[in-house]
Amino acid sequence: MTVNDRIDKATGDLLKRAVVTRFEIEELVVVPIFAVLIALLLGGLTMVATGVDLPTIGLSYASLLQGSVGSLNAISETLTSAAPLTLAGLGIALGFRAGLFNIGAEGQLLIGGMAAAVVGFSLQGVPLVIHLPLALVAGMAAGALWASIAGWLRAATGAHEVISTIMLNLISFRLVDYLLRNPPIQRPGRSDPISKSILESSELPALLQWLDPNLRIHAGIILTLIVVFVVYWLLFRTTIGFEFRSAGANPDAARYGGMRSGLIIVSVMAVAGALAGLAGANQVLGVLGRASPGFSAGIGFDAIAVALLGRGHPVGVLFAGLLFGALEAGGRNMQVGAGVSIDLITIIQALIVVFIAAPMLVRTLFPFAFAKRGNQREGS
Amino acid sequence: MEVELRGITKRFGPVVANSDVNLTIRPGEILGLLGENGAGKTTLMNILSGLYRADEGEIIIDGKTVDFDGPGDAIAAGIGMVHQHFMLVPVFTVAENVVLGVEPVGALDRLDIEAARRQVTDISTQYGLEVDPNAIIEEIPVGLQQRVEIIKVLFRSADVIVFDEPTAVLTPQEVTEFFGIIRSLRDAGKALVFITHKLHEVLEVADRISVLRAGQIVGEGDPKTSTDAELAELMVGRPVRFTVEKSPRKPGETVLDVKDLHVLNERDEVAVDGVSFEVRSGEVVGIAGVQGNGQTELVEAITGLRMPIEGTIAFEGHDITRASARERHRSGMAHIPEDRQRSGIIGTFNIAENMVLDTYYDDRYSSGINLRWPDIYRSTAEIVTDFDVRTNSVFSLANHLSGGNQQKLVVARELSRDIKMMVASQPTRGVDVGSIEYIHKRIIESRDEGDGVLIVSTELDEIMGLSDRILVMFRGRIVAEFEGGKAGIQEIGLAMAGAGAAA
Ligand SMILES: Nc1ncnc2c1ncn2[C@@H]1O[C@H](COP(=O)(O)OP(=O)(O)OP(=O)(O)O)[C@@H](O)[C@H]1O
Ligand SMILES: [Mg+2]
Repeated sequence: MTVNDRIDKATGDLLKRAVVTRFEIEELVVVPIFAVLIALLLGGLTMVATGVDLPTIGLSYASLLQGSVGSLNAISETLTSAAPLTLAGLGIALGFRAGLFNIGAEGQLLIGGMAAAVVGFSLQGVPLVIHLPLALVAGMAAGALWASIAGWLRAATGAHEVISTIMLNLISFRLVDYLLRNPPIQRPGRSDPISKSILESSELPALLQWLDPNLRIHAGIILTLIVVFVVYWLLFRTTIGFEFRSAGANPDAARYGGMRSGLIIVSVMAVAGALAGLAGANQVLGVLGRASPGFSAGIGFDAIAVALLGRGHPVGVLFAGLLFGALEAGGRNMQVGAGVSIDLITIIQALIVVFIAAPMLVRTLFPFAFAKRGNQREGS
Repeated sequence: MEVELRGITKRFGPVVANSDVNLTIRPGEILGLLGENGAGKTTLMNILSGLYRADEGEIIIDGKTVDFDGPGDAIAAGIGMVHQHFMLVPVFTVAENVVLGVEPVGALDRLDIEAARRQVTDISTQYGLEVDPNAIIEEIPVGLQQRVEIIKVLFRSADVIVFDEPTAVLTPQEVTEFFGIIRSLRDAGKALVFITHKLHEVLEVADRISVLRAGQIVGEGDPKTSTDAELAELMVGRPVRFTVEKSPRKPGETVLDVKDLHVLNERDEVAVDGVSFEVRSGEVVGIAGVQGNGQTELVEAITGLRMPIEGTIAFEGHDITRASARERHRSGMAHIPEDRQRSGIIGTFNIAENMVLDTYYDDRYSSGINLRWPDIYRSTAEIVTDFDVRTNSVFSLANHLSGGNQQKLVVARELSRDIKMMVASQPTRGVDVGSIEYIHKRIIESRDEGDGVLIVSTELDEIMGLSDRILVMFRGRIVAEFEGGKAGIQEIGLAMAGAGAAA
């Protein structure tokens, strides 16, 4: 072998990817599964503690399962709930990656949904292929602008985004109420706050209504899948994502690498706001058909848990969104079928997040499910 | 207390960091532990201090096999480690840091800070570790912070103390003081392990020397009879040249022209106070000085990370005083930052991502906003091979590289592109003798190709070996200038201490 051959070989060896270790598989797959199981178990114990009898508990979980994946309708409901959670969750996850804690998805979602509604009911006689994209883009743009305020405040004055996004949430709640009570948005003839209905040409088309008119699943779920891919691409395949991730992982090194932190902060917030705004547009154009006070229904807050659960990775967020969507759809069924309050679902969701955030706890509780560690302990 | 490591093997996936290592650490003795970057020194000591668990082998203390299930167990067994990167709370006082986790408490669990102070003072006087127990950590120099780490270990009644590259961040004066401390600990009967890349230091202070190479003990040295050259060959497996080979300089046009520069530090104090100098193409200018005399701020101003309050910087005839770091970088200025962990690398990114940290945007690696990862990976693999960064894959996290290999990664990144000017702060901090030789050779090659080179280092040997001209910085000013190769270490040392400043 000549020297050059040897160097080529050494270079080639360096390009081999490491095999995924058992430890990584456990962290990504086994821990979440056990987290869900133990959360369900503790949820059951909560019911016992509040005096629910055992058969009812059994019935509750049966209807939870039935209502989330037990029928075509259940799956349609799960996916319909999962779409906005995933979209807004992606935005928050993007923020995490860049070191920003965006609590403002709820407000961005409201503002984005409002903008989509306005475009949705005001453009008469425009074909769907133009009207729908316009309405979606309006939602994204409004969400982006709204979130950029917090980004700009952080970059220009150092005001922490947690505080400013919470404040922007509060402002957005009242702003939306106000807009809904006044022309030209308020529906004519109504005194309560509600917008005009969107035109059919701006609706996200239902996908399976030819099978059964009750199936609510709409094109928003396809849009969500596309956006998961786009966010993945943005984060890991583009210079912009590289800058976002660098700024989040080590701001000093990002500055050293010539990246402009102020610009990054504002762009991250804008993209996150656009995604939350898209989630709002998805609700208005795909599910509700109009805007009303509080139509965001806490999706923007649940999305924080979804982003955490998804470990800030787009694909993880998709799975987390699906899980939360399933819990929500199943929870509604549970309330109807077993008469157990839907609040239980909130408890279970919270428990799942707690256990996912504490993998060591899960490992200690279920030692049989994991390989013996010891040689994996991370040092400094 | 005598500690024996027997048959220690430690793997990280496919990497074997330690392989069947036997080592004895005896009371009243300083054991010098040498080895190339990535030889497995830190890993071995992390096993001893309970941070890692060995895959095979055992730790025997005074004849009994022990099993550590975490650093807590090792501390309880009397083993303490002073890590290269200190683990102190910057806003706490010395005394608070020392007692953290094992605080003396009074009635109702109230922190008895008086008792803490007293205990700290007792240990200080006992071992000659002078430090004010009420000082705030972030306000004291690195040398004193290290003392606090040592007091912390002693406070937990350690009988075995491991020092991982303690001298890498110390000034020569502080090193001398450190030797005094470590000798007094030895005389008090402690068992000590001292890791360093500076061979003369082990020769000076160690009682016994062990050398690791590729995870195995390859030899022992006797400090009384060994020489640097022997030790270096034992470490690296080939003879190492300690002096830099270079031809006389052929200075060309001025590349960097700094005029009357004034720069403030974080606390808004004047750190650089009217500095003027120039660097020509084809010459190496070295800035010598005791750490904290404005070198950091000067370099940050030149590289665009800190805006000067007065004065100008010109690069190849263009005024760049207000230009961004990116613009300077694009126009051909490279920068090796003084603290690799803080700003040179991103630990949670892989080696390839770190290799393009400041070049990802240029058209070698991206088209529009699309990064071309295959090109990045290939080019990284070549650079890594070239500079002998020890890793088994470009997909490994930078965090998983040994300290010296992280430094080599930064140097490789900056030296592997087409540049006109290199600004290097502490370019070989934590790097082994073999790699220092290589890095120095590359720096001189860069000079011979017509680049301007500015080296800032607290290592006088490095400055004297590389520089064509030496400037000495003291209290923010340039107080002396010497022709490279002509000045004596004495003269430069005096200037560094401010002797010329009065005149
Ligand atoms: N957590 C880890 N994961 C994977 N590999 C690791 C990890 N820690 C160390 N290694 C590998 O083990 C080997 C030994 O590293 P170690 O840090 O012990 O070297 P060292 O002798 O201290 O070197 P240096 O002088 O550069 O500090 C290196 O090849 C390193 O890449
Ligand atoms: Mg080390």
